[in-house]
Amino acid sequence: MKEHDLTLGEELRRQGISRRSFMKFCAGVASSMAIPAAMVPAMADSLAQARRQSVIMMAYQECTGCLESLTRSFAPTVENLIFNFVSLDFQHTLQAAAGDQAIEAIETAMEENWGKYLLLVDGSIPLKDDGIYSVSHGQSHLDSLRELAEGAAAIVSIGTCASFGGVGAAKPNPTGAVGVDEIITDKPILNVPGCPPMPEVMTGVLTSFLAFGALPEVDRLKRPKAFFADTIHDRCYRRAFYDQGKFAYSFDDEGARKGWCLYPLGCKGPITHNACATLKFNQGVSWPIQSGHGCIGCSEPDFWDKEGFYKPLSAGQWGTAEGIAAAAAAGVALGAASAVMSRRNQDKISGGK
Amino acid sequence: MTLLDFARGPAMQIAIIIFVVGIVWRLVGVWALRQKKDLSEARQKGAWVGGIKGLFVHAWPYKPFVPKVGAQYLVGYVIHLGLFIVLIFGTPHMLFFADIVGFTWWTLPGGVITAVAVVTTLALFIALVKRLVNPVQRMISNFDDYATWFVTTAPFVTGLMTTMNMWPHYETGLAIHLLSVWLLLIYFPFGKLMHSFWFVVSRYTTGSRFARRGGMA
Repeated sequence: MKEHDLTLGEELRRQGISRRSFMKFCAGVASSMAIPAAMVPAMADSLAQARRQSVIMMAYQECTGCLESLTRSFAPTVENLIFNFVSLDFQHTLQAAAGDQAIEAIETAMEENWGKYLLLVDGSIPLKDDGIYSVSHGQSHLDSLRELAEGAAAIVSIGTCASFGGVGAAKPNPTGAVGVDEIITDKPILNVPGCPPMPEVMTGVLTSFLAFGALPEVDRLKRPKAFFADTIHDRCYRRAFYDQGKFAYSFDDEGARKGWCLYPLGCKGPITHNACATLKFNQGVSWPIQSGHGCIGCSEPDFWDKEGFYKPLSAGQWGTAEGIAAAAAAGVALGAASAVMSRRNQDKISGGK
Repeated sequence: MTLLDFARGPAMQIAIIIFVVGIVWRLVGVWALRQKKDLSEARQKGAWVGGIKGLFVHAWPYKPFVPKVGAQYLVGYVIHLGLFIVLIFGTPHMLFFADIVGFTWWTLPGGVITAVAVVTTLALFIALVKRLVNPVQRMISNFDDYATWFVTTAPFVTGLMTTMNMWPHYETGLAIHLLSVWLLLIYFPFGKLMHSFWFVVSRYTTGSRFARRGGMA
């Protein structure tokens, strides 16, 4: 049997992965995605029968950080095998082919899997001047996305740029960059934001797609609820210090050394939905807050433009001193006018006496 | 622009502008009114002492009235002190003000602030129930009284809900909390909340006039 025709179960057996390990993996994914435990055997059976899924991954206006994150695995885990199992038919950075050969690879993949392939998008898409600011092989990424989306079964936007525009869309957004769902509106789209996103989220999404043939349940920003329902603040191990009123006010004070809450240092944990606090990065080694830095809110739209990473969430935009002075001057004028009117009224009533 | 961006940006600036215009308008408007002449001869000197004394004497009811209105005063003190403690010693609030004054200060633990806020909110509801149940108080209450109660209570309720993570989305809750505070600021100059400015002036004036006429403060 050709390697390409193997089911996932057969592939795992070929790789020497025991059913016990596979069931553990399925239970883990089910748990992280809030799928009932009773569903795990059915999920495992369905997943084992899954055939190799065609995936086309496009890199648009991006920095390759997302790809770095997704490929950063240290051990030959089942998660890795899930990544390996999909047929990554096109990826600029990882494939050997270049130029015309690369384009041929996309066209072949599209033709052979029309209507069935999963389109993974990394990076924002510029709209300004017909998308001329981001071009590959003479084709704007705007046109490329429209063309590829047409034959896709579903689209997964990887990273904050593909999801919401990210750094490309930061003010003043010179290229008119946007996320995928602002361009494509007639396909199932799932956003996996993060700068970079978490590999485990991608595993969960791929597993769900392979097992159930559909994208998982999403929130209002099209993020999988299983990973993005809670805020970082909800799950942060420093939350107890917030509740106790113990804070770090600088990166080298007593509070910082004792690992207290980083809220005054601009931590965006309370308004950021992601799973970093529970899954962590680099296979559970650490995550930004554990390293002593506040959350920068990278999985939320417009996180670059939220008044700086070090300004506390409680801070507001007070406006200019001139504006407040003008308001006070207007108040004086209104007050004086009211008093004059009142005095005139008094004079009128008293007849000037 | 998200609701939180709106609450922290344009909404806050608009609320501050309206608050400043309104407060200055009211203060200047009253200050520039024609002062009432007291044509009587002063019965004793140093009316201003009576004015200062009035500030403190009227902070608690006259003894014979204590059984009748003492509880009302107590509820009032709980509300005002609670408001002060939560506003000044709640860490997020301190950081909010620190952004403009440029320095930070000691704050109370979150649990203490939450407890104070709960007690204050309860006191606000007791005040409302009393207003609704007491026939005289109900009769003399108008829209301003209920609106003042609402804009004062809303920031407490929304703030507690935000602290206790009772909203489906924290940021939406935070935005609603901020917007409720801006509503308070906008209403402040035009309703009974102006007593924050007037109470000192009115108590002093009453005290000094009584003293001038030879009465007690």
